[in-house]
Amino acid sequence: MRNPLTRRRTAGLAALAAASLALTGCGNGLSKGNDNGAASSEKGHVKLRMLIASSGDAETKAVNDAVAVWEKKTGNQVTVTPAQDMTTELSKTFASSKPYDLMYIDAGRFATYADIGALYAYGDKAAQAGDVYPALKDTFTYDNKFYCMPKDSSTLALEINKDMWAKAGLTDADIPTTWDQLHAVAKKLTTGTTVGLSMGATRDRVGAFMVQAGGWPVSADSSKATADTPENLQALQFLQSMLEDGSMKWSSDLDTGWGGEAFGTKKAAMTIEGNWISGAMTADYPDVKYTTAELPAGPKGKGTLAFTQCWGVAAKSKAQAQAIDLINALTTDKQQLENAQAFGVMPSLQTDRAPYLAQFPQNKAFLAGTEYAHGPISLPNFDPVLADFDSKLAGLKTGDPKAILASLQKNASAALAK
Amino acid sequence: MSSGLRRREGPAGWVFVTPMVVILGLFLVVPILMALWVSLLKWNTNDGDPFAGAGDFVGLGNYKHLLVTDGLARSDFATALRNNVYYVLFVVPLQTVLALLLASVINAKRLKGRGFFRTAFFFPSITSSVAIAIVFKFLFIGNGGVNTLLSWIGVHGPSWFNDGRGLFWIWADKLGLVDLTHPPHALTAYSFLGLSWWDWVAGPSVAWFAVILLVIWTSSGTFMLMFVAAMQDIPTDIDDAALVDGATGWKKFWFVTLPQLRPVLFLVLTLGLISTWQVFDQVFIITQGNPDKTTLSPAYLSYSASFTGQDWGGGAAISFILFAIILVMTLLQRRVMRERDKPSRRQRREIAEIRGTA
Repeated sequence: MRNPLTRRRTAGLAALAAASLALTGCGNGLSKGNDNGAASSEKGHVKLRMLIASSGDAETKAVNDAVAVWEKKTGNQVTVTPAQDMTTELSKTFASSKPYDLMYIDAGRFATYADIGALYAYGDKAAQAGDVYPALKDTFTYDNKFYCMPKDSSTLALEINKDMWAKAGLTDADIPTTWDQLHAVAKKLTTGTTVGLSMGATRDRVGAFMVQAGGWPVSADSSKATADTPENLQALQFLQSMLEDGSMKWSSDLDTGWGGEAFGTKKAAMTIEGNWISGAMTADYPDVKYTTAELPAGPKGKGTLAFTQCWGVAAKSKAQAQAIDLINALTTDKQQLENAQAFGVMPSLQTDRAPYLAQFPQNKAFLAGTEYAHGPISLPNFDPVLADFDSKLAGLKTGDPKAILASLQKNASAALAK
Repeated sequence: MSSGLRRREGPAGWVFVTPMVVILGLFLVVPILMALWVSLLKWNTNDGDPFAGAGDFVGLGNYKHLLVTDGLARSDFATALRNNVYYVLFVVPLQTVLALLLASVINAKRLKGRGFFRTAFFFPSITSSVAIAIVFKFLFIGNGGVNTLLSWIGVHGPSWFNDGRGLFWIWADKLGLVDLTHPPHALTAYSFLGLSWWDWVAGPSVAWFAVILLVIWTSSGTFMLMFVAAMQDIPTDIDDAALVDGATGWKKFWFVTLPQLRPVLFLVLTLGLISTWQVFDQVFIITQGNPDKTTLSPAYLSYSASFTGQDWGGGAAISFILFAIILVMTLLQRRVMRERDKPSRRQRREIAEIRGTA
């Protein structure tokens, strides 16, 4: 709490936050941006403003370097701003009549922004559009329009601590390819101080098991909720069985912030994380030797989740054509491979598969996942629904999977009807 | 104003207060009215100016969603209200008592190094709440400082910020009254505002309790200072007179000091009540409403509805309900404390008698 004295007159922090945004919206008589027509273009050299949610200095530098090359080539100017809190920054920028021209848009939040008309749907105009992985294209498609180019891609895989694996008497042949095998090795790896498997209690991990069981919370065309299906139930029941015998624990129950921390601090022998884990392992836990395998297949085959961000172009931007030109330069196969080298992401283009694999053979499992990965749920009004689901997943061990799915079904249906 | 005053001072007075009225109006009244208008709209930041017709007017629709329509919005709001009620019930009395206690200690004449203690107790209040929240986050992790301390006295501490179990039920479970893993059907089957009675009566969760401890520790310093200032205003001869009359220690504090602190007590309680209903920073930094939504506060819910959910009307509606709650609470408290100030019936009769004889 801040000093209560300064606060005594405020009628709730949020009221003022909302009001100040309303104020900034004042005097901006623009209607909703055009998200379908031709790209707006300014004559002469333009000044573009770019907002990024950088994962760190390496990424900021890589973006700046790539942007500098484009600036030199075209004579345009670009200001790159790394955001501290992307959600707040985006809300602010979309409220203004002169928003950032281009910005990172997270896959999970993409539909919210597309739905309010804040983004310009340029996807099909992008130079490399035809080469993007279909799953990623689906992720950034809303209302049948491909909105924006994914800047890179990430998938989930299973990370295994090599030392613990050997200590438990397991060999390469034991790397799990089915749920039963996963459960069996997790049990073997569980000791007094280590749990077999740990991951975050979130739809972003549990969803992979739903895909493996042939389910998903919403239908393929996102028209209706399909949460309370037998497939999803099977996925939750399997995870519950692992939680019950202690061979799996949520990362928060191990007092860690995410699966990578539980894995790096040797509280868990296996975790399920995306390729971003390699950066954290090198930086924070260099002594942990690990290997990566594809996620085990469920009753309906293989399944993993894909995460990414796209290069969004603001619907209100005055220089959309130039912004798209810059994005084309930032998403070439060559540039994406350089980004992979610089900050550990995977390219979003299929052409890059072979060269990427040659450069990063250790990331084979992640790359394999891109073939069958499912994008995250991205629908407007879904934030509270998914947050509610996550909070219930945290209590899955003693909870009722059927009731959890029933409430997800109810809430998702209500949000879809809005 | 009585007619005896020089009347021409009126307009001049207005001239002098105009700058303040304008500033207050521009930064306080106008934004509040604007937010009130937004709370009646279905509007998001991309729609353009809500005061030039952007956004759909939905009347009280946003309020209805929060209070009437069965759904996630209502049960989330009910959860946030429940959390905040427990927060207020714990924080306000405890921080007031602690502040009063610290103030009495510091005000004691015998105490050496008074300045040091005053600074030490006041320090948390002037430290950034963000910095404190981050420090607490690390103190309260499973193998953090708090649990290490507890382990020295043989207590196995919980995993504070990850523990969403309600305190009341944990205690009841310990006493064998209920089984935490199998709550009684009578409590889970019925609900109010979409939240089961079992959840309503659960008390603050362990995680929320950790936040409560943090806030009490932080804010009692500020209130201590107010009490100290008031205590130093109490004339020493009253103290001496009480001593002569034989009042010592607790009695002196209860019958002599405390009644004279009543205006400050009112101030402290009011400020405490208002600020506790607005708890946001700690939630934003430490827990984001987790675990199991037991640290969700209405202020944080308003923020997340607006910024993450792009439902600005809903977010503004939450803050106006919060505003109403704070207003009612403050008025209620004012009433309770003022009635005690009135002379009792017997006193009034005595006064009347004295007047009658005069």
